[in-house]
Amino acid sequence: MENDQDKLLGEVTSGEYKYGFVTDIETDVIPKGLSEDVVRLISAKKEEPEWMLEFRLKAFRHWQTMKMPNWAHLRIPEIDYQEIIFYAAPKQKKSLNSLSDVDPELLKTFDKLGIPLEEQKHLAGVAVDAVMDSISVKTTFRETLAEMGIIFCSFSEAVKEHPGLVQKYLASVVPYTDNFFATLNSAVFSDGSFCYIPKGVRCPMELSTYFRINASNTGQFERTLLIADEDAYVSYLEGCTAPMRDENQLHAAVVEIVAERGAEVKYSTVQNWYPGDKEGKGGIFNFVTKRGICKGDNSKISWTQVETGSAITWKYPSCILRGNNSVGEFYSVAVTNNYQQADTGTKMIHIGRNTKSTIVSKGISAGFGQNSYRGLVKVLGKAEGARNFSQCDSLLLGDKCGAHTFPYIEVDNPSAIVEHEATTSRIGEDQIFYCNQRGISTEDAIGLIVNGYAREVINKLPMEFAVEAQKLLQISLEGSVG
Amino acid sequence: MQTEFLIQIKDLKASIDNKEILKGLSLEVKPGEIHAIMGPNGSGKSTLANVLTGREIATVTAGTVTFEGKNLLEMSPEERAREGIFLSFQYPIEIPGVSMVNFMKTAINEQRKHRGLEPLSASEFLRQMREKKELVEIDSALTNRSVNEGFSGGEKKKNEIFQMAMLEPRLALLDETDSGLDIDALRIVANGVNKIRRPDTSVIVITHYQRLLDYIVPDFVHVLYDGRIVKSGGPELALKLEERGYDWIRKEAEVSEETWTTDRK
Amino acid sequence: MDYRPEVINRLTELWETRDEGLLKGSPDIYNRYRAEAFSEFLRLGIPDRKNEAYKYTNLEKSFGYKYEKYFSPVPGDFREAEKFHCEVQDLDVWNMVLLNGFLPKGDEGLAMLPGGLWVGSMKAAARQFPSLVEKHYNKYAQNENDGLVPLNTALASDGLFLYAPKNTVYTKPIQIVNLLHSTQDIFAQDRNLLVVEDGAQMSLLVCDHAISPQHYLTNTVTEVYVGRNARFEIIRVQNQHNDSGKITHTFIHQERDSFASSNNITLHGGLVRNATWHRLNGENAETHSYGLFLADKHQHIANFVKVDHAAPNCNSTQLFKGVLDDNASGAFNGRIMVHKDAQKTNAFQSSNSIIMSDTARMDTKPQLEIYADDVKCSHGATVGQLDENALFYLRSRGIDAKEAKLMLMFGFAHDVIKNIPIEALRERIDNLVLQRLRGELSRCASCAIQCN
Repeated sequence: MENDQDKLLGEVTSGEYKYGFVTDIETDVIPKGLSEDVVRLISAKKEEPEWMLEFRLKAFRHWQTMKMPNWAHLRIPEIDYQEIIFYAAPKQKKSLNSLSDVDPELLKTFDKLGIPLEEQKHLAGVAVDAVMDSISVKTTFRETLAEMGIIFCSFSEAVKEHPGLVQKYLASVVPYTDNFFATLNSAVFSDGSFCYIPKGVRCPMELSTYFRINASNTGQFERTLLIADEDAYVSYLEGCTAPMRDENQLHAAVVEIVAERGAEVKYSTVQNWYPGDKEGKGGIFNFVTKRGICKGDNSKISWTQVETGSAITWKYPSCILRGNNSVGEFYSVAVTNNYQQADTGTKMIHIGRNTKSTIVSKGISAGFGQNSYRGLVKVLGKAEGARNFSQCDSLLLGDKCGAHTFPYIEVDNPSAIVEHEATTSRIGEDQIFYCNQRGISTEDAIGLIVNGYAREVINKLPMEFAVEAQKLLQISLEGSVG
Repeated sequence: MQTEFLIQIKDLKASIDNKEILKGLSLEVKPGEIHAIMGPNGSGKSTLANVLTGREIATVTAGTVTFEGKNLLEMSPEERAREGIFLSFQYPIEIPGVSMVNFMKTAINEQRKHRGLEPLSASEFLRQMREKKELVEIDSALTNRSVNEGFSGGEKKKNEIFQMAMLEPRLALLDETDSGLDIDALRIVANGVNKIRRPDTSVIVITHYQRLLDYIVPDFVHVLYDGRIVKSGGPELALKLEERGYDWIRKEAEVSEETWTTDRK
Repeated sequence: MDYRPEVINRLTELWETRDEGLLKGSPDIYNRYRAEAFSEFLRLGIPDRKNEAYKYTNLEKSFGYKYEKYFSPVPGDFREAEKFHCEVQDLDVWNMVLLNGFLPKGDEGLAMLPGGLWVGSMKAAARQFPSLVEKHYNKYAQNENDGLVPLNTALASDGLFLYAPKNTVYTKPIQIVNLLHSTQDIFAQDRNLLVVEDGAQMSLLVCDHAISPQHYLTNTVTEVYVGRNARFEIIRVQNQHNDSGKITHTFIHQERDSFASSNNITLHGGLVRNATWHRLNGENAETHSYGLFLADKHQHIANFVKVDHAAPNCNSTQLFKGVLDDNASGAFNGRIMVHKDAQKTNAFQSSNSIIMSDTARMDTKPQLEIYADDVKCSHGATVGQLDENALFYLRSRGIDAKEAKLMLMFGFAHDVIKNIPIEALRERIDNLVLQRLRGELSRCASCAIQCN
């Protein structure tokens, strides 16, 4: 019986990474290593204005004084920043006037990833900014959106075309001094998406950025800035994949969200970077800083993440609840299988009155995976009537993995109510038996139970992606039955 | 005169989160009468219990409630209790660490103080506890525990009736006291109510089912539907409801509305 | 300004004089660990808020103070100790009074209680049971980045020794009263060793009182060995004053089939930090860690717990509650660690706090670290106010809002108190808590020390 289970476990966890192919395309690559010259070179390649270069240099100088954080429950190998290529771009014509100008290899690549860039082919109601390595390849539905005053473009274009907005909001949520990886990103970030929803506009379609790492030995450092002006609404989704390579690749992104009075932003992530092979070789180091501020009263920011990829994940999408009655949400499913490690969670900082936050975190560990929830709920003295509810569950599949919970709760206001619950368990034998007795195989039973376990979070994803995420969950756990 | 009624509810409207639940409910209960309020889920039964006991979940937007000539709606929950209103909760609350004895002693003495009476002596209090425990067939072990903590569903309901016996209210509101009880527990609970009821004690039984009314026989049965009492009658109405369900009421209520809509077109 | 270098200098000067008294007066068994411990202390220093385990506790208030006397017996008024009567009615215990961390009668031999249980000073223990002390001393205390543990190992000169040999059962609890009484400001350290051998039972009540208004700081390390199928209970009642600091580190090491429970009741103290480690080292062991504190004024009360599930089939619970008023601050830092092979572990942790004023604060950090899969672990933490539903239920029975709140708060606290296994004490503490909640004790009316 034990052996059967082990075998089954082996089968179910041996699922292959579907997106591990490499696109053969000519790439413009700068020499590896990091120096002030490299920062200048990146800025020059992007034809940036002086203020942008200054920002990068300030960040770079600060970064040189910093040390890599070591508080997370992670084993991170030494990273040699002089061995990383900080800029790689698929070679294309200077200006893209239409889709026919995009290299067909690139179109094929995104087709293969399920992200067709032809608008008519694309999922209805989703606009995509496709980013390969350091640059944005194509942004769909730009014109349609522009009619409503919505700006959705690559970060580089935004710097050129909307310098006022970029200058106003860049680093206003994540300052360039924030942390080791955010500071590094501030110095060398290549591209990313920029989005601005004007006052009172409900964005009619899902906005989405698809990140693809292709070139080898490169790091990916994208930067996303999302601004919802008063009473605006937007739902935003990011997805990511990378080829299978033996070396680790660094991904250090920054996402900033600003929600003005009455605005609502939904930010969803389906993270499926290459997780490394079964022996733990290769895979992406995913060190990401994501933070939003509910700046105005009655604003809302909601983070949903399904984290199945990456060798190491280090990210804490957070909400600063400054406006009165503002709401922050964090829904997360994180899977670690084989030798994956994840240290992820959120911070909810309650500053305004009657601010509310909800945290639902579901960790699933299998193989030799290590999965940690790390969260902070902080209620400041003025946050009259603040409420938080946190639920952090861990599910263990197999006896070689680990699940950990590190919640920090700091309350400085007597009217606040903060509740935290956490459980760790494995799938009950009685649950599996019950399914078996009704004719369901053990493997399917586990799929059912895991999906049921994660449902609360999956349901928060836009519908088109929920199905995708569900499949992904199953694939990531293939062979992990315990 | 108004005082011939124990409680008089006139055109009561109440909302929860700006949604109107009670839409003009009127009901008069004389001392000693038993009224049953029946209705489908969501008709406003529990909201009525909340409004009458002063729970702040619902906001009263219109209407009056007079209890023995006094304006009930102005009173705090504890004042209402001291005036003699008792609610048997649909879901009794567990209060860890608060012993039943301490809880009951405090409640009784607060109510006595309200009536200008001396606190009960310890021995008299214990005598009453003993006596009332027998009356409702509640296990002594339960009254030695914390309030409702770890009680089964049936034990919780028995405990509510035990408290009613101790507090001797003028008006008892039994909110779904029968739900979740097996037939033996139901019998004990219902008989308990009958035994402790004095001739002038009034009872409002809020229930979804008729079976409790086999034991606590009502003088009047009212059907609450969509926030209003849409039909009133004697005990036979309850039987009819049990037989035919609420659908005919629903139809009856809706037909009249449809007619009205058609006329306007 | 970092206050610590000056304090460390002071302690180093003290260390330099070790030949004059400390080493001569102490048995070899204790002396052999001192040098290494002191260098360990110098390496780790006095913990500050960068130390994860002290993230919410600032020790400066107590450690930054310049005391007149460090780690040595104060020529105290021993009559004071003899005069002391425990105010708990009907408490049937075997009682011993310690003055400023030392046995008042000095270094007498160990006493044997009925049933065969030994009690006395660590110095006497080293003479009378050298191999036993050798086997257990300094074997369970862990530094884990906390410099205060090696500071104790390096410089404590004596403490309490309790020994229940195999299968001995002494049915009465043993009460240890720690009196602080002196005309000088004192920094005291005691080092205690409790050995409960296989099949033995021991129940210990430790009461900390300060009866003079001087500044006090105590840094206590207690090691407890609980053998197979043995049973150990410890209850601490801490009732000191606002100028006193009390740091305790208790290491409970349990073998298979054993039972242990720890209960820290903190009623009063300027700065209190109780750290309790439970190590479940053998199968089928059970351990409980309870704590209750009531804090007001500028008090800071911290509880740190670590339950280490190192063997399968063990059960543990943690239940900590606090009520905070005025400018008080509280911290709870609890950790459940389930090792790789500790299958069938049941571990439960709960921390609940009520904040009464705008200026009080509570920081909570419950943690689970789990490396085995067949486990049931959970933790819950709440910080907030009283349950509105419960409040309404009480009011619906005619109890006024103020009284109802008091009842709920009392019930809240009683949840911890009910786990005290000594009935007379349980009642006494219920009363103390009730008085405290009614505000009767917060003015310290019954206390001769006008400390504020």
